[in-house]
Amino acid sequence: MPDTTPGTTPGSTPDPEQHDTAKETRGTRVDDDTVLGPDTEATPDTSVDISVEEVADLPKGKMLEVEDVTLRFGGVTALDGVSFHINTGEILGLIGPNGAGKTTCFNVMTGVYQPTSGGVRFMGEPLGKRQKFQITKLGIARTFQNIRLFHNMTALENVLVGADAHHSTGMFSALLRLPKHHAEESEGMDRAYELLKFMGLDKRADELARNLPYGDQRRLEIARALATNPKLLCLDEPAAGFNPAEKARLMELIQSIRDQGYTVLLIEHDMKLVMGVTDRIVVLEFGKKIAEGLPAEIQDNPAVIAAYLGVDEDAS
Amino acid sequence: MNAVSSFFHGIGDRFRALPRWAKIVLAIAAAVIVYLLPIINPPLITTTDSDFGAVLFLCALYALVAIGLNIVIGYAGLLDLGYIGFFAIGAFTVGVLGSAHAKLPLLLCIPIAMVVTLVSGIVLGAPTLRVRGDYLAIVTLGFGEIVRLILVNADSLTGGSRGISNIPTPPNLDLFGIPHLVWDGFVAKVDLSNQTRFLQFGVTDSIPYYWLALTLVFIVLFLDWRMQNSRVGRAWEATREDEDAAELMGVPTFRFKLLAFATGAAIGGLSGALFATKQQFINPDNFTILYSVLFVAMVVVGGQGNRWGVVVAAALLTWAPEKFRFLADARFLLFGLALMALAIFRPQGLMPPRRSVRAKKADEVAPDQIDAEGVARA
Repeated sequence: MPDTTPGTTPGSTPDPEQHDTAKETRGTRVDDDTVLGPDTEATPDTSVDISVEEVADLPKGKMLEVEDVTLRFGGVTALDGVSFHINTGEILGLIGPNGAGKTTCFNVMTGVYQPTSGGVRFMGEPLGKRQKFQITKLGIARTFQNIRLFHNMTALENVLVGADAHHSTGMFSALLRLPKHHAEESEGMDRAYELLKFMGLDKRADELARNLPYGDQRRLEIARALATNPKLLCLDEPAAGFNPAEKARLMELIQSIRDQGYTVLLIEHDMKLVMGVTDRIVVLEFGKKIAEGLPAEIQDNPAVIAAYLGVDEDAS
Repeated sequence: MNAVSSFFHGIGDRFRALPRWAKIVLAIAAAVIVYLLPIINPPLITTTDSDFGAVLFLCALYALVAIGLNIVIGYAGLLDLGYIGFFAIGAFTVGVLGSAHAKLPLLLCIPIAMVVTLVSGIVLGAPTLRVRGDYLAIVTLGFGEIVRLILVNADSLTGGSRGISNIPTPPNLDLFGIPHLVWDGFVAKVDLSNQTRFLQFGVTDSIPYYWLALTLVFIVLFLDWRMQNSRVGRAWEATREDEDAAELMGVPTFRFKLLAFATGAAIGGLSGALFATKQQFINPDNFTILYSVLFVAMVVVGGQGNRWGVVVAAALLTWAPEKFRFLADARFLLFGLALMALAIFRPQGLMPPRRSVRAKKADEVAPDQIDAEGVARA
């Protein structure tokens, strides 16, 4: 069973001043994209219970297996026989220098690309030619390296769209306002507020996504992905563009997401950062897996050091 | 430049702030006034050079069209330049089944027309909604013309360019007469010699058709509101914002695009059917590509995605050329200039949707309800 006791991260201390700022921003709504002001770092409340049943009681073992995946675009081999797996309940770091194929790997796992050869198994079942939204419903959710929120929808609505992934209200339920519509709307609303509060965004629920500060947008993407009740949460450089202090806070947040029972796959190319958070690490370089193991092992692995620092042929 | 939208939104805000009973009273009063417009004949608004009732019917008819097209363009973000095609299919379904090849009553023809357009929407949408953006616009543009050309050439079915006449009218009730008002300056007098029979549908009086169209507008607006404020509406908006991201968040985007397209088509068919029964005579010349352009203009001028905006714009764009008929041909020049000015100074339309209103409503419940457990209990 996952640990669902409230986390005691430093990030959870309430800060009244910041909440006031959030209110002011709301009072003077800005209609254009001019809000680039200081990131009024909201305080995530990691004591909120965001665990869901279908995620909590998963069998231990391999959740996702990438099996000998090769992906070619014309003459370019983006992934070359990559194999690794993710265990239930762990944080796996997927690292590598720029252009190593980390995001491509994500795209294969979420159905954006079909591998040229090899395949991906999720919960023991091959993903095959499933469409993207079907894979999300199976339980893989992701965020994007460059933020792809629904910019003209509010923060709340963004999360509601995620929550709708496990809803089935169609035209007729909506038109006739059948009980299913009401049940799913209130379930989605509860879930959305829970997640927004967890991410420290509840005060900004009614702001347009594009008007949120950068850091909040990043956190909103995670909230939206969590709303789909994913068994596996894939984060594609969630801390890109953050300063070291912000990065550290986000990593704590990711750990508390894991503590609530979610399995996390984390792309990040800042090695130091990944070391502290992840349980295991897979390293890619030029589309090939060059190392896999515990953070400590990776740190001392000569191939990894070479990939990151670049080493002369003679010296290695 | 924001004055326009803050004016409209100001009205909206003040209305929302009222107590419930006041809202109901005001809404009913407004509806009654709108229904009685052709009876009241308000000076300045009434059209002197053309039948005011007929102009109002067209306003309501095009408002209905705009609501339907707004679902396709405004909510789902699919640029449909062939909407007149659905309008024409709806009109000719009523013509063929009600007059040319069968004598079905109108009240049966209308639902059939909607089903036929719905199906044609799916038939057109299923292959074409896989292409995006500009390509979709071109395909739909072609569709509108194809429908017209089929109508011209399918002589045995549609009567070709001669068209179809004697299209059935809605059933008459003929309960009582309502005298019109005439204005002497700003003094109103009841004109007993000029009466509208309550619900007698005929060629002489357009007002009962106006009431019928207006009633349909209100019904469709209500259904439209229910659709938009649900999972369906959110899925449409998410698809419009970022199709790939929506798909990766579990939205079956193709299915929802098809739903928007088909729903829009069915409303287009309903409008076409209404047009046919009012005109009682239709021919393919009624359905040229220019109307598709006009319909898109209504949605864009109104503010894509705002149902009240597109209704106002549709009424305005229909009424204005009739009102200023005395300017003769110059009125279309002025009309074009007005559209250009709008495109330059207010590209988002007269009343762009203010997206946060809905979320705000949720927020009113939220702050005190998000308690220690962090769960909003609505």
